[in-house]
Amino acid sequence: MIYFFQQALNAAQLGSVYALIALGYTMVYGVLSMINFAHGDFFMVGAFLCFVGVVVLQLSFIPVLLLAMAGVTMLGVATERVAYRPLRNAPKASAIITSLGVGIFLEHFTLGLSPYPKYIPPVLPSFSFNAGGVSVSTFQLATISISFILMLALYLVVNKTRVGLAMRAISADRGIVPLMGVPVDKIIALTFALGSGLGGAAGVMYAMAYPVIDPYIGIIIGWKAFISAVIGGIGNIRGAVLGAYILGTVEIMTAAFLPSTYRDLVAFSLLLILLIFRPHGLLGRAESQKV
Amino acid sequence: MDFMRPAGALGKYLPVKAVVALGFMLALSIARFNLLDNYIQLVLMLIGINLILTLSLNLVNGYMGEFSVGHAGFMAAGAYVSSILSVRVLASYSPVWVFPCAVLAGGLAAGVVGLAVAVPSFKTRGDYLAIVTLAFSMIVKSVIENIDAVGGPRGFLGMDKLTTLPWVFFWTVAAVWIIRNFIYSRFGRGVLSVREDEIAADLTGVNTRNVKMLAFVVSSFFAGIAGGLYAHLIQYISPGVFDIVKSTEMLVMVYLGGVGSIAGSMIGAATYTVLLEALRPLGIWRMAVMPLLLILLMIFRPKGIMGYREARWLSPSFGRGTGKDK
Repeated sequence: MIYFFQQALNAAQLGSVYALIALGYTMVYGVLSMINFAHGDFFMVGAFLCFVGVVVLQLSFIPVLLLAMAGVTMLGVATERVAYRPLRNAPKASAIITSLGVGIFLEHFTLGLSPYPKYIPPVLPSFSFNAGGVSVSTFQLATISISFILMLALYLVVNKTRVGLAMRAISADRGIVPLMGVPVDKIIALTFALGSGLGGAAGVMYAMAYPVIDPYIGIIIGWKAFISAVIGGIGNIRGAVLGAYILGTVEIMTAAFLPSTYRDLVAFSLLLILLIFRPHGLLGRAESQKV
Repeated sequence: MDFMRPAGALGKYLPVKAVVALGFMLALSIARFNLLDNYIQLVLMLIGINLILTLSLNLVNGYMGEFSVGHAGFMAAGAYVSSILSVRVLASYSPVWVFPCAVLAGGLAAGVVGLAVAVPSFKTRGDYLAIVTLAFSMIVKSVIENIDAVGGPRGFLGMDKLTTLPWVFFWTVAAVWIIRNFIYSRFGRGVLSVREDEIAADLTGVNTRNVKMLAFVVSSFFAGIAGGLYAHLIQYISPGVFDIVKSTEMLVMVYLGGVGSIAGSMIGAATYTVLLEALRPLGIWRMAVMPLLLILLMIFRPKGIMGYREARWLSPSFGRGTGKDK
């Protein structure tokens, strides 16, 4: 039973990382109905900024976190401005292909700068304490609590502010909102800023849990986070968080109780079964098609 | 100019057939007498294989309007089945027969996997179907990784280098011919109608289930063929080869050339493959420059090079003249 709780804690940690990334996917999808395939690589850049902050600049934890979030936020806004905005009225596929292109570029640009995997020394004093037999490390505590704070902040921004209202309005009907005087370009840029900032934070959290990073970590983690967003119902913020914790739990529990090579197999099979029964995710609404 | 055109279906595509026959002779003689550098031959074969892959993905993404991001899974199925056949099962037979049978079997196996993906596509569309295809390719990869008999994550080798330029040429022409005829057939019209409006297609009597199933099976069949050719060209396959990066590469080729166009697939596959080789001197920076070119192209030509347009010699109105002499 203690083993189970230990794994549940690990699941919460992994789920938090997935949730932060999945939020970026789902928010961009909400306002643009576009999948930002470069988002996983934004997360990777966040992890590398963590490396820069810890090893090169010798910063402590909070400044590193802020550095990664600010850097990735700027990257996200710049990407939107340069690569996505000119294509907003083009066919959907063109924006998809530029986002794939941005992703490949970020991976290999980083690879060019850092051809070998990088090790990040612990940024927090590393010790664990015993809570009723379950060992809790400072990293786990920091990951879970900071993601919780960030998610709460995002929830407040989206639901309690005028900007959030504008975001929700754009997501409901992008055609009519500009007529109401909402500056759509600014709101979309802001959505990218928020989503990428969370991705940058996730990069730091990931780098604390798995301290050896390479430029390709964004691919698989990014897709897993995207899957979390789909499980929850893409475009739905609460759904993304729910999906992330479900996926994190499934992955950790599979690795804990089955050979760890079965992890992806079980996770993806569950996803398929879920999509057969709930084709629009757990919290997603099936759009009624008018004929 | 009517007198120059023999009547009947045979004559209509005579110039195309002549070019194909000439190309095949050329491919044969290049392979037989080593007319070209081995490296250039390799690049030509890669173009052919990528062309088959691009066409197969274009059928689903471009013509049917779905969004598959997991075609590498079909390729993996084809590559592994054909390699296992040629190394373990058929090794004692003459390679003249083994190779075509192995590649064909790989294609058929991939077709069966494609059938399994087609079933969820009845209910889900768009981004959710994209996830289903992605999940399928991950499952294929995971299954291979967990079967120790085919090398697991270490990969599989022992194939002879059976893929030659004439074979690649043959399969490429077959893929273009079959997919082109499929698109302009009754079923193909159904595929296009699913893209334009699935509900309207249903209401006008298109059996959308059958159409989707057939399109997925044809598409994955050719992805499997390409996998078999690839395995016998590189002579080493591992689950890591067929990951998301491979699927992404296919997507790039499809959208670069332009969706919904066979000529576009040809241009996309050839441009991408050649460009990737031409940028080789840049070393590690090659894959950083490549996507920048792609992004620029997309900003200035958002539909890809050929988006929704077709080369004249591929369309059914070819050889019918300007319409006046109908």
